[in-house]
Amino acid sequence: MEVSVARLTVRFGALAALNRVDISVATGERRAVIGPNGAGKTTLLNVIAGELQPTEGTVHLGERDATSLPTWRRARLGLGRTFQRSTLFSRLTVVENLALAIRARRRDSWRFWPVGDRALNEEVKGRLEASGLAHLAGRTAARLGHGERRILEVELALAASPSALLLDEPMAGLSAGERQTTLGRLRSLPKDVTVVIVEHDLDAVFALAERVTVLDHGVKIADGPAAEVRADPRVQEVYLGPI
Amino acid sequence: MLRRPASARYIALLLALALALASVPAWAPRFWIYIATQALIFAIFAMSLDLLLGYAGLPSFGHAAFYGVGAYACALLALREVDGLAPLLLVGAVAAALAAVPIGALSLRTTGIYFLMLTLAFAQMLWGLAVNWISLTRGTDGLIGIPRPTLPGLATLNITFYERGAFFILCLVVAIVTFVSLQALARSPFGKTLEGIRENERRMRALGCPTFRYRFAAFVVAAAFAGVAGALAAMSNGYATPDLLYWTGSGLALVAVVVGGARSLIGPVLGAFFVLFAQLGLSTFVERWELILGTLFIAFVLFLPGGLVGLVRRT
Repeated sequence: MEVSVARLTVRFGALAALNRVDISVATGERRAVIGPNGAGKTTLLNVIAGELQPTEGTVHLGERDATSLPTWRRARLGLGRTFQRSTLFSRLTVVENLALAIRARRRDSWRFWPVGDRALNEEVKGRLEASGLAHLAGRTAARLGHGERRILEVELALAASPSALLLDEPMAGLSAGERQTTLGRLRSLPKDVTVVIVEHDLDAVFALAERVTVLDHGVKIADGPAAEVRADPRVQEVYLGPI
Repeated sequence: MLRRPASARYIALLLALALALASVPAWAPRFWIYIATQALIFAIFAMSLDLLLGYAGLPSFGHAAFYGVGAYACALLALREVDGLAPLLLVGAVAAALAAVPIGALSLRTTGIYFLMLTLAFAQMLWGLAVNWISLTRGTDGLIGIPRPTLPGLATLNITFYERGAFFILCLVVAIVTFVSLQALARSPFGKTLEGIRENERRMRALGCPTFRYRFAAFVVAAAFAGVAGALAAMSNGYATPDLLYWTGSGLALVAVVVGGARSLIGPVLGAFFVLFAQLGLSTFVERWELILGTLFIAFVLFLPGGLVGLVRRT
């Protein structure tokens, strides 16, 4: 699914968190959004996901103008996301966390008595193994380590089988091994899934994304193939630091 | 793997409890049968509140409104010479559910303390209506002389619900049906989704779940069960007064759920019995029994947040 924003402006009082930003991510593209702290990256994801209403501008998901759609409707159009701070079902087990995500995708929760669900159990099992969380299946999310929480965070988004996925710093604070697992999971996404990733870990950014958008103080300052953006002197100045 | 199946021990315990209760009319003095009946009705009411407080995470402080609406609906119908157990219980459920539609639609736009205050405000409005709509409710005098229904099968056996034992068994059956229905609901895909919304509404929305609809459905279902409890109360007392809708009823039910243990259905039942017997025991010795009940409540919240059920679970 194509994800695009046009002339997007978000003001918090006098501060413009985003200022006339145009970004268009084609179907199946892997796009990284980078920039220093406070550049407006998370704000951008929140506007696309529908948690924040833009002051001006539009959000399109595929052909659809999604600017005024609520979060859950955008999710049903195929938009998935992860959060910068892990947003899990803390008091529920890893298995129950995954089951909720799968059920939400299947939209068959309007049933009012207990049902045996072999397909659900099988899928949960598969995702547990693929994500390396199988040994933690019965543990509540609140009792997971930081890295494990981040992995579950990504796994919940994947379980929704999104056709476009917004990732907000999925690698933050992960060990080298966990990083590899997450990178592997993201690489295993079907080719037609659009990915927008906000990430500080530049190795991960360049390993995953073919195109990069750079934000600084709410303004888009560069947008293009990874190698080009990397070489752009303005980008080096604001983001990578003066050389 | 997904659901811990109810252990055989737990089911055996529940059956034993049900049988012990069923034997009450055989040996208990008349007064205690009456008290146990009140406790069962209160237990049904508390279980319905637990669906909101425990499972959906919605602290409603206006649940007595639906109890009262159910009681008045049942009373009005019974006084118009409608006889029959099913229609009288059903009208309580339907009237309460209908009242819950606008109240839920507005209150559920908020959460937490705001939800609590809004439900309280709406409930007090309905209480005011019961006091002031004299042509329908007879105001503070209330509706009196509500007959108890007959049941064709029982009539041939020469048993009526005017006998305390028979009426007690009726309440027990309704309580068990409520328990089983709500337990099934809690373990259903709907109940699991409700649980997810309680734990993390933001994530559920991001997963494509229209969370408002689920909460709204839970609110209406809980109101319906509260309405059934209210209908039983109207039959049991023989009258319906605005007191039934007063906020103290909502408060007492909250105490019962918290003391017994939310997020389990046996908890509110134990809590209801505990609160009712504490009220009875304390009020014979001290005038300000609420003070002691309140202290007990605070002690539970501080030292036993899992309630009576948590005490058993821990050991």
